[in-house]
Amino acid sequence: MTTLPTPSTAHSSRSSAELAVHCKDLTKTYGKGDSAVRALRGVDLDVAKGELLMLVGPSGCGKTTLISVIAGVLEHDAGDCVVFGQSLQAMSASERTRFRGHTVGFVFQAFNLIPTLTIAENAAVPLLINGVPRREAVDRASEILTRVGLGARLKDLPNRLSGGQQQRVAIARALIHKPRLIVCDEPTSALDKDTGHSVMELLREVAIGPEQSLIVVTHDSRIFEFADRIARMNDGQIERVVESHLEL
Amino acid sequence: MNYFAIKMIMGDRLKYLGLLLGLTFAATLITQQMGIFLGYTLRMFSFITDTPAAQLWVMDPQTKFTEDSKPISDTAAMRVRSVDGVEWAVPMFRGPLNVKIPGGQNERCVLIGVDDGTLVGGPPKMVEGRIEDLRQSDAVVVEEKAARTTLQVRETDGSLRALRVGDTLSINDRSARVVGLCALADAFFWEPVLYTTYSRALNYAPPERRQTSFVLTGLKPGQSVEKVAKLIERTTGMSALTNDGFTRMTTLFVLKKTGILINFGITVALGFLIGILVAGQTFYNFVVDNSRHFGSLKALGLSNRRLLGMIVLQVLVVGAIGYGLGVGAASVSGTVLRQIGLSFILPKELLVGSAVAMLGICLVAACLGAIRVMRLEPGIVFRGN
Repeated sequence: MTTLPTPSTAHSSRSSAELAVHCKDLTKTYGKGDSAVRALRGVDLDVAKGELLMLVGPSGCGKTTLISVIAGVLEHDAGDCVVFGQSLQAMSASERTRFRGHTVGFVFQAFNLIPTLTIAENAAVPLLINGVPRREAVDRASEILTRVGLGARLKDLPNRLSGGQQQRVAIARALIHKPRLIVCDEPTSALDKDTGHSVMELLREVAIGPEQSLIVVTHDSRIFEFADRIARMNDGQIERVVESHLEL
Repeated sequence: MNYFAIKMIMGDRLKYLGLLLGLTFAATLITQQMGIFLGYTLRMFSFITDTPAAQLWVMDPQTKFTEDSKPISDTAAMRVRSVDGVEWAVPMFRGPLNVKIPGGQNERCVLIGVDDGTLVGGPPKMVEGRIEDLRQSDAVVVEEKAARTTLQVRETDGSLRALRVGDTLSINDRSARVVGLCALADAFFWEPVLYTTYSRALNYAPPERRQTSFVLTGLKPGQSVEKVAKLIERTTGMSALTNDGFTRMTTLFVLKKTGILINFGITVALGFLIGILVAGQTFYNFVVDNSRHFGSLKALGLSNRRLLGMIVLQVLVVGAIGYGLGVGAASVSGTVLRQIGLSFILPKELLVGSAVAMLGICLVAACLGAIRVMRLEPGIVFRGN
C-alpha cells in the first residue's frame, strides 16, 4: 500500500500488473425509454492487489450494480472492466461463468447458504463446481471451517447456527477455492456490532493476500475502519475515494 | 453436485412429499387403470384362447366378433376339408340358449357344440369328470365357476347349492345331464358356458336352416396358415382367420363399440394430467422458493447445463421413487381386484408403458422448473437483500 491514489481520484498510479480491478468509463442502464434507469454513469475505479476497498453511498447509487459487473454476474453496457488482466466484456456468457467459478468469491448479506446441506457441504460447493470430488471437497471445507472457528459444527445445518456463524460459513465458502477477488455485499448489516467486527477481522485475516483483493459494499459505518480505501458512490458515479473513513 | 441436488430436494420435506405424493398417485392411477383395461382386453377373446386346437377359424364373412357368429351351411366343414393344405375341419355350434336349472329358475347360457367324433373344440381343462363323458346321452359339461354362482340350485328348503355332476338341466324342454365341470378363462361377455356335442347342440337349439357357427380347422404339417386361409376364402367364400386374426378382429370391434377404450383412456389421461399438474406445480414452487440458492450456484460459477442436469436429476429421482410406490400400490390393489372377480394384469409392457408416462410427467415438471432457473440471472443474489 505504498502508492495509494489521492483521495479525490478513483484511479491508482499503479501499473496494470499491480491492479486487481480496472474499471474505466463503465456504464449500465436498466430498462428502456422513459423508464430507463442509468445505474452506472461512467465509473472509473481501480482496486489494487492486496487491497480491501469499501464501496459506500446512499441506496440506489449503483454500488450493487458495480460489484455485480466487477464480479461478472451482470453485463455492462459500455466502458472497460478488467479483472486480474481479463476483460469481462470480451468474455462469452460461459467464459464469464467459468471466470466466476475460478476467480471470484462471494459473501452475501443474507448468507445464501443452502438450508438442506450441512455447513461443510455448503462450504464445499465452489470446489464441487470446479470439479473437485465430493469427499475431497468436504474434507477441504472442514479444514477451512475449522480455521474460521466452526470445526465443531461441521455437520450442522445452517439454521442451527447464529447469524455470525452463518456468515463465517459464507466466508469459508467464498475462500475455499482460493479466488483472487472476493466481493462482499453488506456482509455485516444483518449482524450486531461485535459480530460484524469479528467477521471483518476474519475477512482481513484470511481473505487478503498479495494476489487477493476484497471489495465490500456496505452501509455499515462501524466497519469502515477495516478498509484500505473507501470509494463513495453517488448517482451512478464514484464521487470520492479516500484512505480513511475520517475523511468522508 | 448430483448428491447435493438430491439433498436439496429431499431436504425440503414438504415439497418433496408433495411431489412424491403427486407422482405416486399418477403412477398408481395410470398403472392400475391400464392393468384393468388390459385385463378386460384379454377377457374379450377368452373364447379363442379356450379353443387352442383350431389353427384357422372359418366363419361367415359378416361375423364381427366371437359373440356375433352368423350361421353358416352345415356342409361348410366338408367344403373346408376339400381345400388343399387342410388336415382336418370340424363344425362348431355356439349360441345363446335359455337353460332351466333344478329348482326352477331360467338362465341364459352359451351352448357350445363340439365335433361328436373328435370332441375338438371342447373345454380346455376339466375340473371334474372327463371330456369323453360328453359322449354319454344328454351329456353336458358346465363351466365350474358358473356352477358355483349363476347356476346355483335352489333346494326345496330354499337353500342354494352349487350345480354338480349328476344334476339335470332342461334346455328347450330337452333334458341335459351334467357329466362334468370345466375351468374356462374369465370372459368379458360373461354368460355361463355349457359344452355338449355338435349334434346334440343342434337338437337343443331352435331349428334353423343353417346352424354351424364356426368350422375349426387344422393344417397339414408345413402348410402356411396365411396361404391356406386365403385358399379357403377363395374356395368357399367364407372368412378364414388365424387365432391372432380372430383375436384382433374381436378386440378391435369391442373396443370400438363399447367405448371402453375411451373410458379407460380418459382415466389414464386424467392420471397423467393430475401428475403433471401436481408434480409440475410442486416442483415449480420448489424452484421458485430456491431461486436465491440456484442464483447463488450460478453466481458461484455453476453452468446452466449443470444446473439443468441437477434439476432433471431431482425430478427423476423423486419420479423413480414415486413410480416404484405407485406400481406397488397398483399391484396391491390389483390383487384385491382379482379377488373380487375384476380383471387386472400387470405385464412388463405395462410397467414399461407407465414408466414412460411417468418419465413424461417428470420431464414436463423439470421443464417448468428449468425454464425458471435458466432465466434466472446470477445477479439475483445481490438484489432485495
